[in-house]
Amino acid sequence: MHERSDRYPGYDVLAKWSGPSWNDKTREVITRRLSIAPEPRFFTADEYETVVAIADRIVPQPADRPPVPIAALVDRKLDDQIMDGFRRPGVPRDGEAWRLGLKALNAEAAAAYGKRFAELPEALQDKLLRAAQSGELASGEWGGLRCEVFFRHRLGRDIVLAYYAHPTAWSEIGWGGPASPRGYVRLGLDERDPWEAAEATDGGDATAFRSNRRVR
Amino acid sequence: MSDDPLHMPRACDGRAPDVFRPGGWVPMRQYRESEPVDFAIVGTGAGGGTLACKLAEHGFSVVAFDAGPYFRPLEDFASDESEQTKLYWTDDRIVDGDNPLQLGSNNSGKAVGGSTVHFAMVSLRFRPEWFKSRSVLGYGADWPLDWREMWDYYAEVEQALKIAGPVTYPWGPRRPRYPYRAHPLNGAARALAKGCEALGIKWTETPLATLSAPRGLAHPCVYRGFCVTGCSTNAKQSALVTWIPRAIAAGAEIRDLAMVGRVEVEPSGLVSGVHYHRDGSWRFQRARNVVVAGYAIETPRLLLNSATARFPDGLANSSGLVGKNLMAQSNQAVWGRLEQEVRSYKGPPSLAITEHWNYEDKGKDFFGGYSYMSQGPLPQLWANTLFSARGLWGESLVEAMKDYNHVVGLKIVGEMLPQESNRVTLSDEVDQYGLRIPRITYSWCDNDKRLIDHSLKFMRRALEAVDASDIWIQDDDTCHLNGTARMGSDARSSVVDADCRSWDIPNLWICDGSVFPTVGGANPSLTIQAIACRTADRIRALASRGELEAGSSRPSIQRRSIEVQRS
Repeated sequence: MHERSDRYPGYDVLAKWSGPSWNDKTREVITRRLSIAPEPRFFTADEYETVVAIADRIVPQPADRPPVPIAALVDRKLDDQIMDGFRRPGVPRDGEAWRLGLKALNAEAAAAYGKRFAELPEALQDKLLRAAQSGELASGEWGGLRCEVFFRHRLGRDIVLAYYAHPTAWSEIGWGGPASPRGYVRLGLDERDPWEAAEATDGGDATAFRSNRRVR
Repeated sequence: MSDDPLHMPRACDGRAPDVFRPGGWVPMRQYRESEPVDFAIVGTGAGGGTLACKLAEHGFSVVAFDAGPYFRPLEDFASDESEQTKLYWTDDRIVDGDNPLQLGSNNSGKAVGGSTVHFAMVSLRFRPEWFKSRSVLGYGADWPLDWREMWDYYAEVEQALKIAGPVTYPWGPRRPRYPYRAHPLNGAARALAKGCEALGIKWTETPLATLSAPRGLAHPCVYRGFCVTGCSTNAKQSALVTWIPRAIAAGAEIRDLAMVGRVEVEPSGLVSGVHYHRDGSWRFQRARNVVVAGYAIETPRLLLNSATARFPDGLANSSGLVGKNLMAQSNQAVWGRLEQEVRSYKGPPSLAITEHWNYEDKGKDFFGGYSYMSQGPLPQLWANTLFSARGLWGESLVEAMKDYNHVVGLKIVGEMLPQESNRVTLSDEVDQYGLRIPRITYSWCDNDKRLIDHSLKFMRRALEAVDASDIWIQDDDTCHLNGTARMGSDARSSVVDADCRSWDIPNLWICDGSVFPTVGGANPSLTIQAIACRTADRIRALASRGELEAGSSRPSIQRRSIEVQRS
């Protein structure tokens, strides 16, 4: 039913959807997020393919549940022009920085291995991403964009924020989730309200599972 | 889309949103653009919102502009980190220097109420000596304000916001007890307290601007934990739900989605009003006095963008200091894992604090001070912290995130020193209004680095003392911006005087964190509001003596009853 790596077995933050922890505005916002189709609006098909491949490496997802459509979430943020609002000199605004960085990453993949990034085996994809993280990629395609700045402030940031904006990720980490207007009552160490996730402790999987199925 | 506060102004047609009732409205006075108001205020946050209230209550005619939307928290705020980025100032900006600032979540706001709509509510008084840090402590610059006078204004603000805090405060001179009782400690705060006790230093419940008991139409805090993304229950005592309803009740007008792009200067050398963009076009509001309250980046940007032939380097800039001495505060952290469940997402993020190193000068190899507080990062923020500060991605990130409920952390608000080289200038690029965008240059000095190093070593010991494991440091974060239009007692070395009045143009005022000569190791919002209250009283006193600019000395409307929403 669930893998041992599941720290909060049976917990689904969405079970509280109709309860006093979710207000109308939150339901409206999350409804929109959950209805995003896994296809691009901002990115071209080629760019989108690369973002999907990168997202799989930055936040790998288990095969036994529907995946969070990370690339589509990033795409919509850029399409809606939701920006960080600050950038280094020479760095284009967020959407253009993504296009430039993806082009450069594919150029690096082609120069080193003769393939597009998405066509590389995972180990080589990771190697390229690690090189970007540590500032070792210097193809002319990067222009004024330093690869480590792109990796940290754009690529990784946008992907990580997209994944952890999804209720699936909230359930995975056992977060209490939206809590307006009900809020929380039990605040202390090792204290938990009945509508919070129960953590599976050694040998306690079944207990946690039963508790989490009752969360509303 | 008929009522979309992000795209359609709400404060029009003689009414403003009622922040206490979904879909509600309150009557609001409106002023004609062609007839000068006593005060046009640019910005409605801790500085501008407070000043708008106090000046209106003193009987002056006031129009306050904000570039951002006018929210009703009960209907507009989701419990969602992504959605609530709508509260941040995310217009285009360039950052450079050795330590480029990250802007947005913890140092900017774009809404009626400004950054107080998403601030962490930490409401601290400055240490008295900080107002004379140059003469008494040997660094930075002296303020032209006396701490005893500020103590009275702190008390006024604490009452106005019904600050919840301890019965006795462990540091500094005596102060009255806080109006509302302190909030209960969460797991993260208990860890802080235990660490302090193990190391032999004092701690206390953090004085917070969120209700611990009912107040009018606002309910006590329910500890939902989304404070820094906007409070959807109105427990948070932001400018939006405190000063601004009072301001409107006293006859002030608020204009939302109104971006001020230029302050107009007449041939006489006095300012005569503001050019602002609203509803698709540029408009002009006449005013006898203009107050710039746009915070440490937008304030100097507006002054610089308002340059004329007479003031080619920007307004109020004869000292050459507009935009200079920008100060962030250090915001470094130490994180670890407790065997117990902490679940620090519950409650305000900083329920416990120690100001030990703000008041203790022995054992330091640096000038200035820092406080440190318990922390409660929400999932997106925490994931990005693990990625950007710890370098985790892939399986290691996913696994580390599963430990979210066991994370414990301590984070400083540290004093950075004023340096002229840390500054706001204008870039050649323009924004959506056609206005030159700001370029923000920031580098830490050696003293900043020594303070950070001291704090990280000390907080590591504090986490070791509570048996945290996997301890690591986050060494590159900053928060709160101040400076860029400092106050002083000499026109050559400051931009405004103690009354926040510009030395160069007597009917131009600046009232926000820009006027800070130094920042101290405490969150600035209470001090910004205290200065605004003082400035309003000073303006009233100057007006009564006929010392304001012509025509602005006579309060033009009758004082109305205040706090009608709360009755």
